[in-house]
Amino acid sequence: MSDTPVDSSKRTWLIASGCAGAVGGVAVAVPFVSTFQPSEKAKAAGAAVEADISALKPGEKMTVEWRGKPVWIMRRTPEQLAALPKLDPQLADPKSERKPAEQAPEYARNATRSIKPEFMVAVGICTHLGCSPSDKFQTGAQPSLPDDWEGGFFCPCHGSTFDLAGRVYKNKPAPDNLEVPPHMYLSDSKLLIGEDKKA
Amino acid sequence: MAEFKEISPNAGAGEKLLNWVDNRFPASKLYKEHMSEYYAPKNFNFWYIFGSLSLLVLVIQIVTGIFLVMHYKPDAALAFGSVEYIMRDVPWGWLIRYMHSTGASAFFVVVYLHMFRGLMYGSYRKPRELVWIFGCAIFLALMAEAFMGYLLPWGQMSYWGAQVIVNLFSAIPFIGPDLALLIRGDFVVGDATLNRFFSFHVIAVPLVLLGLVVAHIIALHEVGSNNPDGVEIKGPNAPKDAQGHPLDGIPFHPYYSVHDIFAVSVFLMVFTAIIFFAPEMGGYFLEYNNFIPADPFQTPLHIAPVWYFTPFYSMLRAVTSEMMYALIACVVAGAVLGVLKGKLANVFKGAIVVAALAVVAMMLSIDAKFWGVVAMGGGVVILFFLPWLDHSPVKSIRYRPDWHKYMYAIFVLDFLVLGYLGMLPPSDIGGRVSQAGTLFYFGFFLLMPWWSTLGEPKPVPDRVTFTAH
Repeated sequence: MSDTPVDSSKRTWLIASGCAGAVGGVAVAVPFVSTFQPSEKAKAAGAAVEADISALKPGEKMTVEWRGKPVWIMRRTPEQLAALPKLDPQLADPKSERKPAEQAPEYARNATRSIKPEFMVAVGICTHLGCSPSDKFQTGAQPSLPDDWEGGFFCPCHGSTFDLAGRVYKNKPAPDNLEVPPHMYLSDSKLLIGEDKKA
Repeated sequence: MAEFKEISPNAGAGEKLLNWVDNRFPASKLYKEHMSEYYAPKNFNFWYIFGSLSLLVLVIQIVTGIFLVMHYKPDAALAFGSVEYIMRDVPWGWLIRYMHSTGASAFFVVVYLHMFRGLMYGSYRKPRELVWIFGCAIFLALMAEAFMGYLLPWGQMSYWGAQVIVNLFSAIPFIGPDLALLIRGDFVVGDATLNRFFSFHVIAVPLVLLGLVVAHIIALHEVGSNNPDGVEIKGPNAPKDAQGHPLDGIPFHPYYSVHDIFAVSVFLMVFTAIIFFAPEMGGYFLEYNNFIPADPFQTPLHIAPVWYFTPFYSMLRAVTSEMMYALIACVVAGAVLGVLKGKLANVFKGAIVVAALAVVAMMLSIDAKFWGVVAMGGGVVILFFLPWLDHSPVKSIRYRPDWHKYMYAIFVLDFLVLGYLGMLPPSDIGGRVSQAGTLFYFGFFLLMPWWSTLGEPKPVPDRVTFTAH
């Protein structure tokens, strides 16, 4: 260390210009980090999609793309609908009370999580880490599933299971039920996913 | 500035050129410091080849990568096809690509063995803490590099693997979902994600990796290499010859450079055998589902990361809401022990209680999913702290109590079992075993300050043990 006394005014200006430089550096970082955000094009791709459900038979499921995600439309059989309330004790959040606003729009916050009980509409992305669960509609014992399986969905990534209303079973990695996207019926056979004009 | 050296006018052209350069750039000085006069302990064994080998694999990855980029197209619509184009239509493209894909796995094989060597011989202990920390940072960068590189072929495993790992970030409370969006650049993994991962994989991470490798080697050459006996050969009390060179050291070049060339030959035999005869390694190096183009609507029935990530992936899966109770019990037990047994001022004991209560409150209020991510990240991050966790009076496993060897053996076994379970589909028994394995993994490190001091170490010799051959 040198013995020269500290020139405090020089030091003050050094600190001040250092701070000014740092502020400039941070400000320049903003546009760079901003480029990581979804582009305008990606945001625009979130438009609503129409689905024709007239050909869907009871017990069948179809998938449409909305915002790059699979949206499932399933026509549930009366037996499948009847089984839903019986499952409540086995489910983590049967009434979808944990995060109601994120899980489903208001008109789908009911026992079947749907507008029309027959049709389930849900985003087919597991709430754990974003895999797409597979269909396990066959009831009864089978690998990776309990013996009293009532039909539903099984996520191959981490083993979460969902019932036919997209409700997650207890003690599984997924914390929440499958998301129900905003949707509305344009007619009996036309379903619009992504929009729900309350007109 | 160094003194300007004049050279005899009768010197040869080569000498004159070298002198000209040395007066302007420390070429000879660097060569001496890092090669011909870098003294390394003479008792290195088999375990000391993996450092050089990882440098070799790094070079292989960079060179093959440069050539792959000449044909690859980072576009969600074209990527899968361009990889198949490299495999089928580019002359010898398949060889370059298999070198790169096998190189990724080879990198982790040599790096894991290199790290295990450090663990066995205490190579992270004072004064080599920074060598170890730079090394851990290299490991972390390598994982990022491998993960982002795996998305590029745009197969099913690429796509869904990236989807799962990026979604890990969305488990972080408050900022998570926005952070995941920022990483993907779209609402799902898509073209934007592929493009940015490509940029990171070929430019950003390799630059960081190279910088870290240089830092790792500079730090190593500053403090000198450790050895299987954990005895310092360069300390003030270490025996030296008339020139001040350590008696137990030999110059890196030619002694270890030749030694490493032998290792390189053996390594390349194995490496090329895999490239030519088993480039997919039965689905371990290149997963079968990755030969199917990415389909955002269909998750493959079984998805698992590539083998080198599976131990940490097992830890992620092990943390379920049930497991949280076990973890809370561990935190409470740790706090109680700290308060009752710790020789600390009351202020610190109070701090321990407050911290433990805060952690338990967070563990109860935040999803198990988030803690799974914490466990996965913690499994890697905990390695950084190893120099301060190991309190054993001796460095090398050779002179530690015999049961420490069993401890390390169980640790290795545990790591392998976690790795194996991480490849399997989720199951009840596997889940329980990986929960026990995860507890052991963290217990091994977190309790190390206690167990590493137990037992009677064997006497450490003054000089390295070496028999001339």
